[in-house]
Amino acid sequence: MKLEYTAEHQAFREEVRSWLKANVPAEPLKSFDTEEGFQQHREWEAKLYEGRWGMITWPEEMGGRGADLMQWLIFEEEYYAASAPLRVNQNGIFLLGPTLMEYGTEEQKKRFLNGMATGKDIWCQGWSEPNAGSDMAAIRSRADLSEDGSHYIINGQKTWSTRAVWADWCFGMFRTDPESERHRGLTFILVPLDSEGITVRPIPQLDGLPGFAEIFFDNVKVPVDCRLGGEGEGWSVAMATAGFERGLMLRSPARFQETAKRLVELYKANQETADEDPSIREAVLRAYMDAEAYCLTTYQTACRLMQGGKIGAEASTNKIFWSELDQQMHATALKILEIRGELLPESPDAGDVGRWLDGWLFAQSGPIYAGTNEIQRNIIAERMLGMPRK
Amino acid sequence: MDFTFSEDQLLFQESVRDFLVNEITPDKIRQLWETDSGRSDELWQQLAELGLTGLTVPEDFGGLGMNELDFVLLAQEAGYVALSEPLVNSVLVATPLLSECGNSAIAEQWLPKIASGEARAVVGLAVNKLVEDAHCADLLLLEKDGAIYAVEAANASLRANESVDPGRKLFAVDFDPAAAVCLADGDTAQALLNKALNRGALGVAAQSLGLAQRMIDLSVQYTSERKQFGVAIGSFQAVKHHMANIAYKLEYAKTPVYRAAYDIANDTPRAELSVSHAKLAACEVADLAAKNSIQVHGAMGYTWEVDLHIFMKRAWAFNSSYGTAGFHKNRVAAALLADNAALGAGATF
Ligand SMILES: Cc1cc2nc3c(=O)[nH]c(=O)nc-3n(C[C@H](O)[C@H](O)[C@H](O)COP(=O)(O)OP(=O)(O)OC[C@H]3O[C@@H](n4cnc5c(N)ncnc54)[C@H](O)[C@@H]3O)c2cc1C
Repeated sequence: MKLEYTAEHQAFREEVRSWLKANVPAEPLKSFDTEEGFQQHREWEAKLYEGRWGMITWPEEMGGRGADLMQWLIFEEEYYAASAPLRVNQNGIFLLGPTLMEYGTEEQKKRFLNGMATGKDIWCQGWSEPNAGSDMAAIRSRADLSEDGSHYIINGQKTWSTRAVWADWCFGMFRTDPESERHRGLTFILVPLDSEGITVRPIPQLDGLPGFAEIFFDNVKVPVDCRLGGEGEGWSVAMATAGFERGLMLRSPARFQETAKRLVELYKANQETADEDPSIREAVLRAYMDAEAYCLTTYQTACRLMQGGKIGAEASTNKIFWSELDQQMHATALKILEIRGELLPESPDAGDVGRWLDGWLFAQSGPIYAGTNEIQRNIIAERMLGMPRK
Repeated sequence: MDFTFSEDQLLFQESVRDFLVNEITPDKIRQLWETDSGRSDELWQQLAELGLTGLTVPEDFGGLGMNELDFVLLAQEAGYVALSEPLVNSVLVATPLLSECGNSAIAEQWLPKIASGEARAVVGLAVNKLVEDAHCADLLLLEKDGAIYAVEAANASLRANESVDPGRKLFAVDFDPAAAVCLADGDTAQALLNKALNRGALGVAAQSLGLAQRMIDLSVQYTSERKQFGVAIGSFQAVKHHMANIAYKLEYAKTPVYRAAYDIANDTPRAELSVSHAKLAACEVADLAAKNSIQVHGAMGYTWEVDLHIFMKRAWAFNSSYGTAGFHKNRVAAALLADNAALGAGATF
């Protein structure tokens, strides 16, 4: 065990820091759940790509830096410390990208990876359906192979698809074998959202902005070369994607450590009133310690993976931990803000309430998306602890 | 950056685990409860033969010359079996204190005997009020009025207390400083005492991880066997989630404990904060493990006969050992609220 960065890692950190310092927009971008903000974020992705900072873990020939997980963690630390824009492109570069590299044909890699990297193509995910939420194997949207075998004809509906309102492509799972049940007979397909027969209906989220959407498919023709992996192999390809998501890429510790830092600062600035409720001090300490623990465990996992280890069911512990931490931190901040905690930042009397309320609203979704925390608890009990399924 | 244990450290853990799980069975624990001392010379000798009593004794004095990081996984295993012999305190608290106190005569006299298992030394810190295992110690290192004294067993008078955990033996100790050797006083003593407290808290934290794991294992086994409504109760989701809640918290208590061991072993400036975080996180998860485990055991868990309480009671006792939660929270708060506190992304290492 050696808990120190190497000189190379320090130098890498400096390099990231100075690039971000020179390039992160001084004015925060608009929310990417608005049309203008979406465009601004797309441009930011292009800028990251130009600097080769877009997806540093990708191989160099694909515009990355072949960075290892340690460098990725360092990059994320600097990224959040610099308050750089959120990644409008994360479905592409963190989820689909790695899946394509593993399951895609050479042709597909050539075709999709670059557009993903530059921010030209923003991807959304199409798993959930009105009757397939936690129970993803209940997917019913169909993709029927045309008689000449050249394309699929898709019919059905996806829902809750994040960033689908302005995205260019959707990846998801469709039932290709109408006789099949559950996990079998599903196929992973990449669908251009400007195809004929697609209707995207925005769904306003808690903050009123259309952060996700329903996608309706009415005889949508998609060429077979948009299939990722074999026909009927969708489930295992999708599990690989979910693996990247739950594993390390979705929520790096830096995000929560920065929130914890802001919370400590908020508490210090309002200590006298905050201490009227002794549970607030307690919650601030906990926020700091839990964010720290999340960082420590992530580093440990990264080191294990770099030494050839694998992530198993314990990845489910991470999803619960960060989403509960995020809720707890924002709840504490709102308590410290007292009566101002309910005010939208642009209200005349809101003062410096900042982004806490926004963060609080979004924190409500953490225990739901990417596999609800109840589902994660089931996985921990059954696969990590070996408790009986039935 | 390498946040993993070495092959050697993991192998050592494995062999110690095998030994402890075979030797310190719940039956054996119950037998020891029935004896006067509750301790076993034979067992202590076996621990010495494994090199454990001398683990942190310098090689010149017949020990292995290892450090807190080498021991932390072993302390976790000691917790897993609720070991009652004073091993963890001897290795983590008494031995380093003797080695570092600056009195070479005392160190030369006692350290070789500690390594060989011939003698046992215990430490009595003011925060703990009572001294664990004073009755089986040959040498007591006692805090009194800000100074540290080395007191031979014959010169200490003991008043025994019973703990809820029949495996813990706690004593009020009286001694005449005139008949003892003063090892340190003033600032020197303060620094040594603070380190002793940190090491003791690390020991408790590491053992708490083991206790939590043991309670998970016992509960998973019990709920897989016990049937109600025609099925194993472990198949009920409410029961599963009780267990999952311990398991995920445990993953995030382990790394703070390992980091604390690293920080102490390397004497980093962050050690005090790391230890307090570790102690709070580990005791909290052991507490939760106790609460949820008794629940999933039903009435069985409320009995003397079922083994769960061996581990549950140890976890309860550890809560306020080597600093209460309040004490450790205040230390974390002091570090966090300081003007120059290192916070945020990138400040962890
Ligand atoms: C902000 C946000 C963004 C999202 N983005 C996307 C996206 O981009 N693409 C996409 O496909 N989907 C997306 N989703 C959908 C998300 O994946 C689903 O919401 C999630 O899988 C849960 O499904 P559901 O909403 O239908 O809830 P349900 O499955 O109906 O669950 C409701 C409640 O019942 C509980 N429950 C259900 N089954 C069980 C069980 N077996 N055991 C115990 N409890 C159970 C759940 O835990 C939950 O508490 C997003 C959701 C949110 C909130």
